[in-house]
Amino acid sequence: MTSDSQIPSSPRPRRPTLFGLLRSGLPEAPPPVDEKHLRELGRRVEERARSRLGRSLALRLVDAGSCNGCELELHALQNPFYDLERFGLRFVASPRHADVLLVTGPVTRNMREALERTYHAIPDPKWVVAVGDCAATGGLFSGNYACIGAAASVVPVDLAIPGCPPRPRELLAGLLALLESAKKPAHS
Amino acid sequence: MPAPSPSSPPSSGSRSSLRELLRQGALVERHRPWPRAVVDASLWQTAGELLSGESSSLLALWGEPSAVHLSFFDQNSGEAGVMSLPCSGGTFPSIGRLHPPASRLERAIRDLFGLSAQESLDSRPWLDHGTWEARFPLGIAPRPAESVSYAFLPAEGEELHQVPVGPVHAGIIEPGHFRFTAAGETVVRLEERLGYVHRGIEKLLLGAEIDRGAELAGRVSGDTTAAYSTAFALAVEAAAGLESPPLAHWLRALCVEIERIANHLGDVGAICNDAAFPRIQAFCALLREKLLRAADECFGHRLMMDRIVPGGIRVLPQAETLRRLRELSKEIALSLPEIVQVYENTPSLQDRVVGTGRLSRELAKEYSCGGVIGRASGRLFDARRNLGYPPYPNLRFSIPVLEEGDVDARVSIRIREIEQSLGLIEQIIDGLPEGPANAPLSREQAASGEGVALVEGFRGDIFVSVRFDEKGRIARCHFRDPSWFQWPLLEAAIYGNIIADFPLCNKSFNCSYAGHDL
Ligand code: SF4
Repeated sequence: MTSDSQIPSSPRPRRPTLFGLLRSGLPEAPPPVDEKHLRELGRRVEERARSRLGRSLALRLVDAGSCNGCELELHALQNPFYDLERFGLRFVASPRHADVLLVTGPVTRNMREALERTYHAIPDPKWVVAVGDCAATGGLFSGNYACIGAAASVVPVDLAIPGCPPRPRELLAGLLALLESAKKPAHS
Repeated sequence: MPAPSPSSPPSSGSRSSLRELLRQGALVERHRPWPRAVVDASLWQTAGELLSGESSSLLALWGEPSAVHLSFFDQNSGEAGVMSLPCSGGTFPSIGRLHPPASRLERAIRDLFGLSAQESLDSRPWLDHGTWEARFPLGIAPRPAESVSYAFLPAEGEELHQVPVGPVHAGIIEPGHFRFTAAGETVVRLEERLGYVHRGIEKLLLGAEIDRGAELAGRVSGDTTAAYSTAFALAVEAAAGLESPPLAHWLRALCVEIERIANHLGDVGAICNDAAFPRIQAFCALLREKLLRAADECFGHRLMMDRIVPGGIRVLPQAETLRRLRELSKEIALSLPEIVQVYENTPSLQDRVVGTGRLSRELAKEYSCGGVIGRASGRLFDARRNLGYPPYPNLRFSIPVLEEGDVDARVSIRIREIEQSLGLIEQIIDGLPEGPANAPLSREQAASGEGVALVEGFRGDIFVSVRFDEKGRIARCHFRDPSWFQWPLLEAAIYGNIIADFPLCNKSFNCSYAGHDL
C-alpha cells in the first residue's frame, strides 16, 4: 500500500467507544432560553404551581396523528448530546405522573378521544405544548375529513414549537423556557 | 370485456404466471415502467389463486371510486405488473379469501371507497373508526358518518384473560391498539387494531399539483421521508416519461442510505434497551445523532425532508460536507464491531433475544414480507436488487439473509445492513457523477401519464402508484407501506411468547403506524 495517494490532511477519524462515553465532552451546552417563549408562558403559570413543582417537569407525549418525524426528534432529546434529564425534564409513562402534555400531529379524528382522555388524566396544574407544525396549526392536513387540525382546537395549548420537525435544540429551547417560567415569578 | 379467451397462444404457461394473465387483459398504454392491464372478474380471481402459490408476491392492492388494482411481482421472471378490475356494481371478487395478506387491504378499500370484497372472510372496518366526517370519503357516494362497532376476534377458554393496550402507549411511540389474550403469561392471541393516525393523505392528493404531492409523500412516514420521496419521484418521472439526471439518482441513494443507517442504529439501540441494556442504546443514539447532523450539513435538514423531488434533488451538498460525511461513515464502521462484541457477549441480552419472537420462513414468504423482517426469516428480496433502479446496479453491496427469524436475527440483519450501507455511502461519495441534479419536469409532460415505483426503504419495499389527469394534476396516488405485510406477522411472531417480551418483539419489527394508516 502506498500512502502517497492519500490526502495527508485528512485526520484519522476518532473512534468513539462504547465504554468511553464518559470522556466524550457530552452533553452539549444547552441553547439559550427563548425570551419570546418566556413571555408567552409567563402569563399562564401561577405562583402556586411554581412553588409546588420546584424545578422539574414530567412530560407525557401523545402522538395525535404525527408522521413520526416529530417523535424522532423528541427521542433525540434523550441522547447523550442533549441529555434532557439533566434539566429536570423527563418523559414519564403515565399521564398521572405528568405535568406537561406534548402533542404532535394534526389531531386525527381517530385520536381525538385518546388525546382528550390523556389530557384529563394529567393532574392540575398542567401545561400543553404543541410540538411541530402539524400540532401547532394542522400543517398540511387541516380541513381534511380525518383531521381536526391544530391541537389547540381540542386541548388548551400553552406553547407551540413550530418546525417540521423542530430540531432537538429548538425543542429543548422551548421546554427550557417552560421550565424557567414554572420556576421564576412571572412578569406582570 | 370478453371472457378470457384463448386468442393469445395457449402455451403451457398461459395461466401459470401473472405476467401471462396480464397479456389476456387490455393493456393500458401510458403506464410505466411495468405493464398495466384491465382484466375481467375471472382473470382477477385467477390472479388471486396464483398469488397464493409459490412464485408470485402481492405488492399492493388499492382502490379507486369504481375500480380496484393489484400489483404483483413474479419471482420466476423477475417482472412486476399491475392489474385493474372495473367494479361498477360496487363489489369485486375477494383476493383476501384466496390469499390472506390481502385481507386488511380489502378492508381499507371498503372503508375509503365503499367497494366490497365479495365473500371476504373478514368484513369488519379497518381504518374507519366511525369518527370521520363521512363514510367512504374517497368513494363515488360518501355517506354520513355513523358509529362503528368493532368486534375483536373471540378467544375462549377457562384460563384465558385479555389485556388491552393502547392506543396511547408508554414512551415516545406512535399509537395503535393491541388486544392480547393470554394463558397465564403466555400470549395465545394478539389482535392489532390500527388506523388511529389515519390522516387521509390519499384524499389530499386528489387534484394536487406535483409539488404538493411531493410534500405529502415526504410526510407519509417521517422516519422514511427520503425513501418515500424517492419512490414518489420515480413514479412521477415514469408517468412523465422522464429520466432524472444521474447525479440526482446518486444523491437520492445517498439520502436513502443515510436514512437506513440512522433508523437501523435507532432500532438496534431501542431493542437492546428493551432487553435492559441501555448502554448500547446510548452509544447507537450518539452515532445516530452524529449522522443526522452530517445529513443536516449536507442537505440542510436532519431527516432530509423535502430534498428529493420529481425531476431531481433540491439541495447540492458541498464537497467539504461530503468529505466529513465520508469520514463519519468510517468512524461508524469502526464502532460497529464493538457494538457487536458487547451484544454477542452479554448473556443477559442474548438470553432475551435468541429464540424470541420467531417468524417462520413460510409466513414471511406468504406475506411477501419485505425488509429486515423478511430477510431475517429467509426471504431474499430487496427492491434495490430485484427490480434494480438507478444507481444501485452500478454499486456493490450484498443483501444479508438469515433463517432464524427471531429478535436476534433481526438485530443481526440490521447491523449487517448498516455495514453495507456505509460501504454504499463511501462508493456514492467517491463516484458522484458530474452534471446537473435536476431535469425540468412540467405538468404537461405528466398529463395523462401513469407510473409506479418500488423503492427499498429501511423497513422494506415501498410501493407508489400515481396517475395524472389530462391537466397534469394528480388523479390518484397510492402508497403502500412495507408495514402492511409485516404488522399481521407480528401477531404470529408473538404467539407462545410471554407478554413481557412483546415490547422487544415489537421493537424488533418496528412497523410503521403513520405509513400504514396513511
Ligand atoms: S410537523 Fe412535520 S415532522 Fe412533525 S408530524 Fe407534522 S409532518 Fe411530521
